[in-house]
Amino acid sequence: MGIFLHIGRYVLWMSRVFKKPEKWSIYRQRIFEEVQNLGYASIGLVSIVSGFMGAVLTIQLAYNIDSPLIPTYTVGLGVRDSLLLEFSPTIISIILAGKIGSSIAGEIGTMRVTDQIDALDIMGVNSTNYLVGPKMIAAMICNPFIVIMSMILGIFGGYIAGILTGEVPGSMFIYGIQYWFQPFYITYALIKTVVFAVIITTVPAYFGYHAKGGALEVGKASTVSVVYSIVIVLIFNLMLTQMLLQ
Amino acid sequence: MIEVKGINKSFGEHHVLKNIDAQFHKGQVNIIIGQSGSGKTVLTKCMVGLHEVDSGSITYDGRDFTSMSFKDKKEIRQDIGMLFQGGALFDSMTVEANVMFPLSMFTDNTTAERKERAQFCLERVNLPNAAQLYPSELSGGMKKRVAIARAIAMNPRYLFCDEPNSGLDPKTGLVIDQLIQEITEEFDITTIVITHDMNSVIEIGENINFIYKGEKWWEGSKEEILRTDNQEVVDFVYASKFMKKVRADLAK
Repeated sequence: MGIFLHIGRYVLWMSRVFKKPEKWSIYRQRIFEEVQNLGYASIGLVSIVSGFMGAVLTIQLAYNIDSPLIPTYTVGLGVRDSLLLEFSPTIISIILAGKIGSSIAGEIGTMRVTDQIDALDIMGVNSTNYLVGPKMIAAMICNPFIVIMSMILGIFGGYIAGILTGEVPGSMFIYGIQYWFQPFYITYALIKTVVFAVIITTVPAYFGYHAKGGALEVGKASTVSVVYSIVIVLIFNLMLTQMLLQ
Repeated sequence: MIEVKGINKSFGEHHVLKNIDAQFHKGQVNIIIGQSGSGKTVLTKCMVGLHEVDSGSITYDGRDFTSMSFKDKKEIRQDIGMLFQGGALFDSMTVEANVMFPLSMFTDNTTAERKERAQFCLERVNLPNAAQLYPSELSGGMKKRVAIARAIAMNPRYLFCDEPNSGLDPKTGLVIDQLIQEITEEFDITTIVITHDMNSVIEIGENINFIYKGEKWWEGSKEEILRTDNQEVVDFVYASKFMKKVRADLAK
């Protein structure tokens, strides 16, 4: 199917996500469930990735700027800006696209091929709104917190790595992360995170929702959805960076 | 009563339903039979609004479903119960939550009232102790019965059953067939069963519609279908050795 047909169908399908829910109390309850499924369940993975990412960044920066002309605190500054601007919002969103994206496509795709979505539609439930809306809202709420946690753990990982390897003294690293701090970087990162949250939940949901056939097709839909999500995240990353940092 | 008039439906070049006219009567088990790929399921999906028809009309007790607004269709759908081939139970919910689901979505009943109704429906399908089980813990027959309980939870006026006893052993299939017949009489609803199982047709069929290559080919009662000389119907009904023997006995 042509890419433009997918885009058109996605836009029409998304318009159903924003319809009024049948019952707000159930919708609210589903958002809480999805916060648990998509947000809370991702904390472990994000913590591990962020800690190691910060540590590796510190070691690489220290190795690359090994010059008496560049002050040591530059490592802390470099780690902070790399994490705030790119690694935490974008790389963590890409990791989440793999983790929660495949889970969403698998769940909704299985519901499609086992007629559960048809059952919802026949009952008169707006299945798109009921299934996708809470996931999207939950990710829009959770992901900014997860990304802020990733920033903190990444910087902490870098700090520990600097001390343990002896490349960056702790006081220099802390001075570096405070040096010439731009609060707008946090706003920029959070804007990106919220946009990416919409992409990494709705794109896999779209592929799952339109899956046909059986388990094999659901598996393919899951894989394709993750690839599309990542590519779309990267395209939007470029566009948002150009718009927000110009 | 549900009435379809001049229904046509194509998927690309493939003309699946060709000018179908049929009436499905209230308080009766109306059966749609036909070979695999004849268009039975597409016809049913058109009738419940999962597919848009290309032309023709579908009326529910005089209300034209095809020309209705989305809001009105939604109201009609709350009068429709559907039993899917695989049950289509929500995997993440218990049996009780599955049965309570339409009540939770569309009524303002209290939790106690919803639970009471769910328990009544589960008892009606002879599963009084299954409320806290998950669909993965149920057998095929139990899943079908829970699906029936969910379908009747909202007191539907129309019940659609897509191959209700496929994948079940003959004895369990018979239990499901009898349950469908009892519920149809008890709640005085319009029931439509899609099947290619002749046991079901003989057991519960009252008004039988035979679909052949997307066309409504034949209509009659279960007594008539056993004696018809329509070649396509005969080929379908008497395909198995057992049914051939039945035919030979009937001829004697």
